[in-house]
Amino acid sequence: MAKNFSIKHQPGFTAIAATCFVVLYLPIIVLVIYAFNAASSTSEWGGFSLKWFQSAWQNTQVVDATLRSFQIGSIAAVLSTIFATMAALATTRTAPYPGLTFKYAAINQPLMVPEIVTGVALLIFFSRIKIFTGYSGIGYLVAAHTAFCIPFAYLPIRARLENMDLTLERAAADLYATPWKTFRRITLPLLWPGILAGLMLAFVISLDDVVITEFVKSGGQDTLPTYMLGQIRRGITPEINAISTAFLLLSVAIVTLFFFVSRKRD
Amino acid sequence: MATAEEVAKAAERRDVRDRWLLSAPALLVIFLAATGPLLIVLVYSFLTPGSYGDVKWQFSPEAWIAVFLERDIFDDTLSIAAAHVTIFLRSIKLAVVTTIATLALGFPTAYFMATRSEKTRDLWLFLITIPFWTNLLIRTFAVLQIIRNEGIINTILLKLGIISAPIQILYTDTAILIGMAYVYLPLMVLPIYASMEKLDFRLVEAGYDLYATRFQVLRRIIFPMVKPGVIAGSILVFIPALGAYVTPSVLGGGKNMMLSNLIELQFGQGRNWPLGSALSIAVMIIVMVALLAYVRNAGKSGVRHG
Repeated sequence: MAKNFSIKHQPGFTAIAATCFVVLYLPIIVLVIYAFNAASSTSEWGGFSLKWFQSAWQNTQVVDATLRSFQIGSIAAVLSTIFATMAALATTRTAPYPGLTFKYAAINQPLMVPEIVTGVALLIFFSRIKIFTGYSGIGYLVAAHTAFCIPFAYLPIRARLENMDLTLERAAADLYATPWKTFRRITLPLLWPGILAGLMLAFVISLDDVVITEFVKSGGQDTLPTYMLGQIRRGITPEINAISTAFLLLSVAIVTLFFFVSRKRD
Repeated sequence: MATAEEVAKAAERRDVRDRWLLSAPALLVIFLAATGPLLIVLVYSFLTPGSYGDVKWQFSPEAWIAVFLERDIFDDTLSIAAAHVTIFLRSIKLAVVTTIATLALGFPTAYFMATRSEKTRDLWLFLITIPFWTNLLIRTFAVLQIIRNEGIINTILLKLGIISAPIQILYTDTAILIGMAYVYLPLMVLPIYASMEKLDFRLVEAGYDLYATRFQVLRRIIFPMVKPGVIAGSILVFIPALGAYVTPSVLGGGKNMMLSNLIELQFGQGRNWPLGSALSIAVMIIVMVALLAYVRNAGKSGVRHG
């Protein structure tokens, strides 16, 4: 047998893995580099410049879309995290009871359906409601985003609850704490990293969504991704690279934070 | 006086009530803004199209007939709707090939990650997670920049003199395939990694002790043990790939339609909402068949290895 025989080695696997990581990052790196390109052409390099960031910053459409994305994302993230936390408390640390499987299936339902199908379903549903109520604000977008963020917020919260030790809660109950007091003083502080992780995931998921927003939005309700989709269809400008880069940095920042929060063990 | 049994029963009833109250908001929102509208789509697929979009409330099976058949405008005879069949087959083919491509690349990657030391594993996981949570549209746009005629691939090949004219990749099926494999790769790696991480390498060692070759160990020991992860990853890639909207519309350029583009067309210019609804339900049926196959397979392998 060979000298350095390692049972974990499989020929070629490391090379494929290396290729994967390079391929995953290469297009993103090229995109970021070209965001700092001074030339107006997106294929030639004309020196380092921040002018496309500046031009995006001064573009009111971009600013409006960004603010709308944040507005929808933060409301949807907070609502879906609250609902997901409540649902997680009702579906974990308990013996199976009638309806538990139904709840799991219902909560995960938005994950099972291709986005395009949810998109047209909401288009039909909300267009009916618009006729009845006359309301055409961003409430529809908030409702849709809240619904598809719930399963994502639910995941880390449930994971945290399942790993949680029940001893402290029992001790609190033994010391005559009311259920609410036990929840507020014991369960909630222990659950907090999970809730925070769920909140961040929900926010990123809402910021990411293109398809459902594209079908649900009324005129003049572009979010940053739907605005970008429209621009990309019209042709590539360096400004789009700059917007993408700024967006990318934000996502990376949130994911990094998420990674540390959800990894934290007590 | 209530007996202990009665007290316990009352407490249990209260528990059940509390659990339903706690899950009510989540269930309500999901029913109102996800599940319920799907039922409306089902109803719409059996109605008559209105003149300016929307529907007339009149039962009609036409939309379902139109999914696969075409009615001749002169003599009303039915023939196979070639365009629709082509789009269905293309979407299924692209989704299957994307799944296979991500599996071929993702399996070794997950294996590599899982065989690192405990400390560095977190770093690799982090590196695969970043693209996963980066906006899908931005990643698709990044691919577009790479593969277009003036993109980095063509520029390098031209400068090296390997080709004399840029290769047209953008706006072809290949472009959609590259884009989908790129954006969905993390979805394949993560579940395989999750099951690979728990892999017991003593079994691999036992395999080698019994004179198994590397390939035999891979096929007969490692693969069966991580099969649930492989199936989960395949499902996670196949479902969004089948209904993909962003990648085909950015990289396919409208010429190479997939199911999502066909559905969008019926709600936009086509103004045939019942047909769009029937097509959406057809996509759902394919997804459900795939999920059912997954559940049955996962159940079987659970028995075998559990």
